[in-house]
Amino acid sequence: MSFISYLINGISLGSVYAIIALGYTMVYGIAKMLNFAHGDVIMIGSYVVFVMVSGMGLSPILAVIVSMAVCTVLGITIERVAYKPLRMAASPLAVLITAIGVSYLLQNIALLIFSANPKSFKSVVTIPTVSLAEGQLMISGETIVTIAACIIIMTGLTLFIKKTKAGQAMLAVSEDKGAAQLMGINVNGTIALTFAIGSALAAIAGVLLCSTYPSLTPYTGAMPGIKAFVAAVFGGIGSVPGAMIGGILLGIIEILSKAYISSQMADAIVFAVLIVVLLVKPTGILGREIQEKV
Amino acid sequence: MKKINKSTKNNLITYGIVVIAYVIVMLLNVTGHISSLMEGLLVPLCIYVILAVSLNLVVGILGELSIGHAGFMCVGAFSGAFFSMCMKEAMPAMARFLLALVIGAVCAAACGMLIGVPVLRLKGDYLAIVTLAFGEIIKNLMNVLYIGKDSRGFHVSTKDMIALGLEPGGKTIINGPQGITGTPHDASFTIGIILVLLTLFIILNLVHSRDGRAIMAIRDNRIAAESIGINVMKYKMMAFTISASIAGVAGVLYAHNLSTLTALPKNFGYNMSIMILVYVVLGGIGNIRGSVIAAVVLTLLPEMLRGLSDYRMLIYAIVLIGLMLFNWSPKAIALREKYSLRRILGKTGTKNVSENRTEE
Repeated sequence: MSFISYLINGISLGSVYAIIALGYTMVYGIAKMLNFAHGDVIMIGSYVVFVMVSGMGLSPILAVIVSMAVCTVLGITIERVAYKPLRMAASPLAVLITAIGVSYLLQNIALLIFSANPKSFKSVVTIPTVSLAEGQLMISGETIVTIAACIIIMTGLTLFIKKTKAGQAMLAVSEDKGAAQLMGINVNGTIALTFAIGSALAAIAGVLLCSTYPSLTPYTGAMPGIKAFVAAVFGGIGSVPGAMIGGILLGIIEILSKAYISSQMADAIVFAVLIVVLLVKPTGILGREIQEKV
Repeated sequence: MKKINKSTKNNLITYGIVVIAYVIVMLLNVTGHISSLMEGLLVPLCIYVILAVSLNLVVGILGELSIGHAGFMCVGAFSGAFFSMCMKEAMPAMARFLLALVIGAVCAAACGMLIGVPVLRLKGDYLAIVTLAFGEIIKNLMNVLYIGKDSRGFHVSTKDMIALGLEPGGKTIINGPQGITGTPHDASFTIGIILVLLTLFIILNLVHSRDGRAIMAIRDNRIAAESIGINVMKYKMMAFTISASIAGVAGVLYAHNLSTLTALPKNFGYNMSIMILVYVVLGGIGNIRGSVIAAVVLTLLPEMLRGLSDYRMLIYAIVLIGLMLFNWSPKAIALREKYSLRRILGKTGTKNVSENRTEE
């Protein structure tokens, strides 16, 4: 029974990784850049919910919506100010280093406003714990909501990309920016839209993450952010279902290694997985091989 | 007088700056103008300079982003300190420290090679994230590593102290999260400066050698470099391993400057790697002398402006973003050319450069 409960916890954590990984994978697919600041957008989103729920006593639903709006604006602003001017830069390192700078900036702003003391995050989930198999298997409300949210988001996003014009535009831009522009697609607008969606998802992921692990510090987002990137690579970067598979597998690996191997070594194991994946199949589970053009 | 070429002259200026800085500090020290706070900063200053210069080899000369540089430093620090602890009574201090430096460098280089073989096939973002992962793995491993020594030899465990099963007279050397305690204080400012000069000597000579030019050719265009017969893997490995081993040396210096060595996020984590990257970016990517100056300025400034200490990291972040935008954004480059001082003053020679740029 304990194995099943670990498995469910793993899927729950993996669902959060999957939602974060979506933000990475979409931005990577379209802008061909690793948005290092994505993890910190999660942290900012969580602080917004924290301030609104614990500080002002507003309803959690409203807080989540406001948090999503804040993160969307933040994501678009970051893209406009820090990434867009460097899109045509000579060195691909430039935008990566700037992204690290933005990540650092967000952490330190949060550090100045909220200090390094961990804030205890009040869970926004009100569903009670479900008890199965005569009380041997307990599934918390947070777990149920997290998994459900992940499934809804994944379905919604897949439909959005497949069925809507904007979604098709995103696919086209990720395929070939120049050709997409010639077809009359607003490339800058599409990239901004991608950042907006990714950041809004980050806000949801932040709330779900902090509801399950209720300690909120300025560094809360950094580690899940990096692990979600590992998940995105694992599943094949640029692929939406890949992010989900990668995220959930990674979550299960992390929880199981915490339970059965060593709790301190769990992070090391997760990163070792990344290195092994990149060695064996650098394109990830669902990734496509891209030929380098000369 | 013998004619010296431009790069030699440039190198001599770099060495000269370091030597002059050393002489000035020593003079100030003799006359008692250096506060104890400043004195405590001298060895870290050398460490940061060494780290920044070695990272610049990877980021600036090889053109790959490594954000796990603190991991190599960590390997060097722990292996060097481990050696010193084992040989604490058996050897004279100077010889022991020199050997520790060599061991730290070799261990870090071995790690660099180990991680380099698979990883250097990746590029850009993937390489960055794997080096980051490597740094985190090393930090994690050091926190669960227990090594003790008794009459039966060494005992290694990843669980806890008791699992080592030491005899009553046994001694713990690496104690998990508590790290290594009681490392001999062998580091000094003079040794630090000698190591800085040695680092500069190695890197500057490498950059201006045939190998260095091959490395830069890979940075500028990998496919073109490959097509003229440059062994890309070999040169990438070379740059990466040399950089790692020098970071290991900095780690040994770090370990022997403190009595307790622990692998905390603060000293060997992601933040440290980023800080080194900030030095490199601020000094100018690919500019070795710039790294030296940036490391010194950014270490001294926060101490001079004590009141701003809360905002230090914030300022670093803004400086990092601002500089990247200013230096690399095509618009900013065009703007700078339009309003460059030389152009306004009407000097010749600038015109050709800007014309070349537009042709591209």
